[in-house]
Amino acid sequence: MTEDEFAAYQSLSEETEDHRWAFGTGFADPLEGIGTSVPDGVDAAALAAYCLMLGDDALIYSHRLQQWMTRMPELEEETALANIALDLLGQARMLLSRAGQAEGRGRDEDQLAFFRDEHEFRSVRLAEHTDADFAELAGRLLVFSAWRLALFGRLASSADPVLAAIAAKAARELAYHRDYAAQWVIRLGDGTPLSHGKMQAALGVIWPLVDELFQADLVTAALPGVAADPAGLRAEFDGVLGTVLAAATLERPQATPLARVAGKAGREGVHTEPFGYLLAELQSVARAHPDATW
Amino acid sequence: MTEDQVRSGWPLYEVFLRGKRGLNHVHVGSLHAADPQMALRHARDLYTRRNEGVSIWVVAAADITASSPDEKDPFFAPSGDKVYRHPTFYDIPADVPHM
Repeated sequence: MTEDEFAAYQSLSEETEDHRWAFGTGFADPLEGIGTSVPDGVDAAALAAYCLMLGDDALIYSHRLQQWMTRMPELEEETALANIALDLLGQARMLLSRAGQAEGRGRDEDQLAFFRDEHEFRSVRLAEHTDADFAELAGRLLVFSAWRLALFGRLASSADPVLAAIAAKAARELAYHRDYAAQWVIRLGDGTPLSHGKMQAALGVIWPLVDELFQADLVTAALPGVAADPAGLRAEFDGVLGTVLAAATLERPQATPLARVAGKAGREGVHTEPFGYLLAELQSVARAHPDATW
Repeated sequence: MTEDQVRSGWPLYEVFLRGKRGLNHVHVGSLHAADPQMALRHARDLYTRRNEGVSIWVVAAADITASSPDEKDPFFAPSGDKVYRHPTFYDIPADVPHM
């Protein structure tokens, strides 16, 4: 390469030390420059519990998506879903780390992910649902990402700067997840009679898990200005789902919400039966080889 | 779409990406999708995972008219000896970008 050519080539790689054309650069740490101390006036224990709830949602949902790997109908869809699972895992890592910081007992993200038992997990029961087919995968992802996007849109202005930064980053990811799920729900709902029937049936399976997403919990109530009221997300969620279901020619299911057990649900550590199997798969390697690194 | 078309798989799309620092869209590969909108999303998931792109074009492979390898000589060889078409008689200053 002559000097002239090199100068021209270099001018293409602006503002970065990395001159390799083929690779993307400019990756940014979303938490760069943000202090990790808990702001004055914020209940640290409640903040830890809240970050744990949101982190567990992402961790458990991500694992369910990972279980779809090698089972997707097309290679391209497999990559798309792996991207979504990775996004959620990234959210889980940041949120569990924040939970560990706020808790102040020296537990890191791995301790929280791999060394807690079922009743200590605070994820909503929607996150642990096993998708029976591709229609359930698409319908459940639409419900989850529409709800979580509405939630994180509000958390982007949380009084905890770390939570706000995590939410702002995650909201951009969730917007894509929602778009991905919505286009499949529309494609299947407005497709053939067979795909329409399967998509409608899938929504019927998912819908009993929807009400729990908007139910109040004690942790959120203890964090005014930091957390977002679950009930306040319902209108945005209903609006989005209404638009998608109308385009997909699908009916909003009439479903009885999944009952709480002695007044408790996912946020209180009460989960459905498949959760134990999921957790065993998720944790067994880390528990067999504690403190292993790779 | 007939059952046979569904079974035979989705059509091929070619993907063109404009990187952050690139000036033109560059061909990066191909993928399968049911329609252009899905191709765009697949392209996003397959080819921009490492922060490469700011703009994506997708084109159905069937819509591309390409020169044939058999015609290589009549197409390209005649320009090989016309040195006066190349701007080799200038010195490009080092601070001129994008040449």
